Amino acid sequence: MGRLALSRLGGLVTTLLLSSLVIFGSLYLAPGSPEDVLFGSRTPSAATRAAVRRQLHLNQPLPVRYWDWLTGVLHGDLGRSMVTGQTVSSRVGDGLGVTLALVALSMLLVVLFGVGLGTAAALRPGPVDSAANTVTSVTVAVPPFVASTLLISGFAVHLGWFPASGIGTGALGELRGLVLPACALAVINCGFLARITRNALREQLAREHVQTALVRGLPRWAVLRDHVFRNAVPPIVTAVALLTSGMFASTLVVETAFAVPGIGMLTISSVAQKDFPVVQAVSLLLVAAFVICNAASDLIQALVDPRLRTAGRTA
Amino acid sequence: MTVTLDHPPATAPGRPATPGRLARARTALGGSGSAAALFLLAVLLVALAAPLLAPYNPDLQSLLDAYAGPSGAHLLGTDGLGRDLLSRLMFGARTSLLGPALVVSVALLVGIPLALAAAWFGGLVHALVARIFDLVYALPGLLLAVLAVALFGPGLVPAVAALSIAYVPFLARIVLAAARQQRVNPYVDALCVQGFGAVRIAVRHILRNIAPVVVGQAAIAFGYALLDLASLSYLGLAVQAPTADWGVMVSDSNALMGGYWLPILAPGLLIVLSVLSLTVVGARISGERPQPYLRRRSRTRPTGAAA
Repeated sequence: MGRLALSRLGGLVTTLLLSSLVIFGSLYLAPGSPEDVLFGSRTPSAATRAAVRRQLHLNQPLPVRYWDWLTGVLHGDLGRSMVTGQTVSSRVGDGLGVTLALVALSMLLVVLFGVGLGTAAALRPGPVDSAANTVTSVTVAVPPFVASTLLISGFAVHLGWFPASGIGTGALGELRGLVLPACALAVINCGFLARITRNALREQLAREHVQTALVRGLPRWAVLRDHVFRNAVPPIVTAVALLTSGMFASTLVVETAFAVPGIGMLTISSVAQKDFPVVQAVSLLLVAAFVICNAASDLIQALVDPRLRTAGRTA
Repeated sequence: MTVTLDHPPATAPGRPATPGRLARARTALGGSGSAAALFLLAVLLVALAAPLLAPYNPDLQSLLDAYAGPSGAHLLGTDGLGRDLLSRLMFGARTSLLGPALVVSVALLVGIPLALAAAWFGGLVHALVARIFDLVYALPGLLLAVLAVALFGPGLVPAVAALSIAYVPFLARIVLAAARQQRVNPYVDALCVQGFGAVRIAVRHILRNIAPVVVGQAAIAFGYALLDLASLSYLGLAVQAPTADWGVMVSDSNALMGGYWLPILAPGLLIVLSVLSLTVVGARISGERPQPYLRRRSRTRPTGAAA
């Protein structure tokens, strides 16, 4: 277990370092230089330009700046927004809580409905199974932005139950504002989880020891609890972690659609304003969330399934 | 993916009759797969023939007819600028399919040679390539595309370029796994002994044997790329506003707030149906279910080469 955790941690750090290099380095692939964004259409004098470059540390060599940026990030200093002048960490900090709440709420819905639907489909072959199959086939093809517009149109514009954009104030208002975005994120993921749950349960139900237990007259619920569900947990948990990581990427779309002030919307608006320090920081944060969820899926799998603990790699 | 046997094993081994190409394709795809393939074919034909089929110029504005309902003149009504919705959907199919087609083509062109080389050489080459795939796979494609747009400005080209990179491991990991399974088969050694070159064996034999897996995965990737690009166009980062595109059309917030559902629902539905069809067809092509033509051919191959 320790070795597995260590090797996963190594992979995690490598990926994060590499992506930080990509995110930081990509700025220098861009046409024009970063300070041009500040000047906009104005043409500054050479002296002003030099002063600005000094202020942004653009006069130093690239590796030095990368090192400064990286150590800054590790100390929680993400730089300063080029547009508003606020520190990036304060802008990101405000949005991070909202995004985490959104992903958590959405994941709750996904687990409830996905596992529920998958279980129903696995245990009730025939009409229930084929109906569930149809539902999941369709939902896995509904992208979050289409789900968003449908939900806004139905529940916000026509019925007026939830706000169409932005979130309210206070814990309750915030929750009310997050319901529709969470549903929009959940639709596609529910379908995926239901399918994985169904297949995992079916696989276990077909195992010989399960059949034997049923034939010997053990109560069905006991067999399901001790032999079917328990063994079906690893793939389901892995899927939940992987879907969570994908959700962080989808927040870009859903938060923009509902004008939820999380880091997803912050990314998109910063891209529009060419506010590179913010884009860098938020991208890194989203990649980190994505990568950590991926790595966590491996570790959780090893936690729930003792057989995987000794194996160095799960491949 | 569920495997349903909704067709009789008509082409069991030993059956002498060889059904036509179309009939074989239908058997392999099954009922829902055939329907999905037909839908995709229809969308493709409409996209190609859009200038001939579209009743109006998709960019022709008529502000007096804004958000008109379906009528004889405009079969699906008009959008907020009075442009004919049906014509825009037809032309939108072009941009909506072009982007994913480019993404999948580039990803295949980069991914297949890498995967085949890794499978062929094994050892250190395999370890290195697999590690690179894992690293790229860990980066979300949507975010890479947003980053590319931040650098190069909004447009289809940066979005497609970034997604192409992101989709390489999605395709190549499957190709690599399938090719590795083929590599250890005796027929590969037999061909080597006969003096055939590595490239020839890899392309003409290994790649051909794993073709169903590659094509199936490519179809699924096409669906996800369509979804990603439509999302980016919806955000205003890929295809730009006056151009007809399904993703752009869904982003019509005036229609949304005004309660005009058709201008939003129609392109949304087309996206969902296209992605759904691509996943169904892709899963059917690459599915574990033995396919008649594979089974027939595998008997001419040495020992169980079917992956």
